[in-house]
Amino acid sequence: MTLAQERPTIDFGWIADNLDEIAEATLDHLTLTAIAVTAGLVLSVALSLVALRWRGTYAPITWFTGVLYTIPSIALFTFLVPIFGLRSILTAEIALVSYTLLILIRNIVAGIRGVPAGVVEASRGLGMTTRRIFTDVQVPLALPAIVAGVRVAAVTTIGLVTLTVLVGQGGYGVFILRGIRRQFLTEALVGTLGSVILAVVVDTALVRLQRVVSPWARAGR
Amino acid sequence: MGEGRKVSEFFGQVVAWLTDPANWSGSRGVPGLLRAHVGLTVAALAAACVLSLPLAVYLGHRHRGGLLAISVVNIGRALPSFGVIGVMFPITLAFALIRSPLGYWATLVAMVVLAMPPMFVNAYTGVSAADPALVEAARGMGMTESQTLRRVELPLALPLVMAGIRTAAVAVVATVTLGAWVGYNTLGTYIFVGFAQQDDVMVFVGGLAVAILAVLTEVGLGGVERMTAWGPARRRRSVD
Amino acid sequence: MIRLHEVGKMFPGAAAPAVDRLSLDIEEGELVTLVGPSGCGKTTTLKMINRLIEPSTGVIEVGGRDVTSLEPHVLRRGIGYVIQQVGLFPHRTVRENIGTVPGLIGWDEPRISQRVDELAELVGLDQELLDRYPTELSGGQQQRVGVARALGADPPVLLMDEPFGAVDPIVRARLQGEFLDLQRRLDKTVVFVTHDIDEAVMLGDRTAILNVGGILEQYDTPERILAAPANEFVASFLGSERGLRRLGLRPVSSVTPVQGPVIDISADVSTAHDVMQRHGVEWVGLTDGGRLLGWVPMSEIGDDLATARPRPFLVTLTPTDSLRRALDAVVTGHAQMAVVVDEGVYQGMIDVAKIAAEITG
Ligand SMILES: Nc1ncnc2c1ncn2[C@@H]1O[C@H](COP(=O)(O)OP(=O)(O)OP(=O)(O)O)[C@@H](O)[C@H]1O
Ligand SMILES: [Mg+2]
Repeated sequence: MTLAQERPTIDFGWIADNLDEIAEATLDHLTLTAIAVTAGLVLSVALSLVALRWRGTYAPITWFTGVLYTIPSIALFTFLVPIFGLRSILTAEIALVSYTLLILIRNIVAGIRGVPAGVVEASRGLGMTTRRIFTDVQVPLALPAIVAGVRVAAVTTIGLVTLTVLVGQGGYGVFILRGIRRQFLTEALVGTLGSVILAVVVDTALVRLQRVVSPWARAGR
Repeated sequence: MGEGRKVSEFFGQVVAWLTDPANWSGSRGVPGLLRAHVGLTVAALAAACVLSLPLAVYLGHRHRGGLLAISVVNIGRALPSFGVIGVMFPITLAFALIRSPLGYWATLVAMVVLAMPPMFVNAYTGVSAADPALVEAARGMGMTESQTLRRVELPLALPLVMAGIRTAAVAVVATVTLGAWVGYNTLGTYIFVGFAQQDDVMVFVGGLAVAILAVLTEVGLGGVERMTAWGPARRRRSVD
Repeated sequence: MIRLHEVGKMFPGAAAPAVDRLSLDIEEGELVTLVGPSGCGKTTTLKMINRLIEPSTGVIEVGGRDVTSLEPHVLRRGIGYVIQQVGLFPHRTVRENIGTVPGLIGWDEPRISQRVDELAELVGLDQELLDRYPTELSGGQQQRVGVARALGADPPVLLMDEPFGAVDPIVRARLQGEFLDLQRRLDKTVVFVTHDIDEAVMLGDRTAILNVGGILEQYDTPERILAAPANEFVASFLGSERGLRRLGLRPVSSVTPVQGPVIDISADVSTAHDVMQRHGVEWVGLTDGGRLLGWVPMSEIGDDLATARPRPFLVTLTPTDSLRRALDAVVTGHAQMAVVVDEGVYQGMIDVAKIAAEITG
């Protein structure tokens, strides 16, 4: 590693020259995030259903996903590399997904349990079946909490995706790693800011989604 | 089965690595790297505490800056530490902070940036969420502003403040690992070198060490956090 | 219409039953109030009727059918249910809330919409409120929506658990009045839980007084319960204002008024003075062929009553007013007497002695 000693500046020429690669990295980054959040959501919904159906399972489920959440992604990579190999997308995605589970499950379960008891009792009293109460009352009312969880999971995942460059994926992480290797500020900055901007854009889109799926939540405030 | 043999063989190699005295001494030995790893973690956490807690407590006490708190945590969550390290690396090199180990400052700055949002938000929320009726009662008893803060708001906020520190600590102890990529030797060095030399065993040992450290931090600080709890939550501690 | 036979409920892990061998018959079109101290099992009893709670023992019939013969959700669609927390769906508009049960039983859109308009009208909800979300309504309006929603598919039976418990006393009084009007028109069979004895006696055709453990202490018309409490518990539950509460149930028409210092406008001035002297008052009331004109102070009586300018009585009673109101009018009005008027025609006067006789007799 050679040490560059000249003053670091931002090289706009480099950005202009590499727009293609930046666009490609953006798409990569989004794809890795989308896969992780979608898979995380599917798994979390399944585990939440279990936790809601059998109350006693909530503690072990949050304990287990809590451990997954606590284990650093980079450590998870190292456990998965011997199994799936260094450049496998599975290594990256499993680590990313395992990080979203706790966030999502907590929000889903809290959202469903947070539905006022009076509303559920009234639904039952009006003659709704348990399944109907779940789909027509509990889930719609929990949606704001669930989307809030998806927002946190998505933003966190976008940040973590940069790390997957260490196992051959990376999105914007590619720029960061190369920036470090070459001590090239511009490239590291593009990778970092790109990730932040992507997070802000995705988060804003999810806020919009939240408004669309729960127009009633704004009423009466 | 073949797979089974491979797994046992792999773990055999891990055990062999761990029992090799050469791996337990010198600057690349486990104790040395652990010291560097924990040292930078503690330094970053201390700096982040100093930088975020007083401001958060003040703003929370005055009920100002709620929007700032939310923005801070959102931006903080979106900012990739790896990127911050990458950006800080050329900058700190240019400032020629030669006397410290290579990559130290870049990693430290990134870790402080990582640690501040959860600390700030939890402290802010904890202090500002103190029951207004309680605060008013305290004032009504004749407590001064600072007495109200010290005797009522802070004790009530303490568990949340501690939760913020725990969250930050777990994140930092995990992420300091990345210092290895800019030349600051931590437990991550095993992963960095292992990846470069395609040495699965060394990579695994590094990951294992970091994972254990993160879990210990979570559990240990979780215990400290419970000691700061009040009310029925405190009683629960003595039960289990 | 509703029959509870030896119904009991033992919650798992409880030391004593919440409801113990309760038997209760409720006629069709009757409004029965269940009242008793907190925790006595009122809610439990109510919820056993629509099987939100399954009884441990005994049989419950609604409309001659054992409630266990139907799927719980099917049973419930035919029984209106109103609770204190209202439990409106915050994510659905008022219109959608009211249309819930018709939707569940598969009515088509136009029919539901028509039914919703009908119900809104019935409970006194403005059309413009229908497209709001529940959080955009006042507490009283929300409670009306709750009642309208319960009436969705025109169920013959209505179960209500402290429906007016969460609103302030003024709104509560108005909702109670509106509900009585509604019930007179609809003639539902209603079981109404409350812990407010005044509400229980005001609304109930019959009142069941429960003791802790769901023990039925007395089940009768409010009148008779107030007149003759079955035991110490009932008497103490009715409280020290029992007599006053009874007066609240009796109409003015149940006592015969006295003539009072009131004469026809065609009478002599000397008659007027006689009457005033006899009653010991310094004013006289005037009627014209039975219609009440008002009263004239002694100082303004000249040679001819026809030239006097009568002043209106500030407080008058009608035969349907309660004796409790009459008592209030007597103690605040002129000369310990209150005027009773039926559509302008003078009926007579009521005094404290008349009312007291009613309490003790
Ligand atoms: N789900 C339950 N599990 C165990 N015990 C219960 C349950 N629901 C009610 N109970 C108990 O049953 C008894 C009767 O309760 P219930 O709710 O019927 O009282 P209530 O008369 O409606 O009182 P309130 O006026 O306070 O509403 C109480 O002692 C209560 O603690
Ligand atoms: Mg009750």
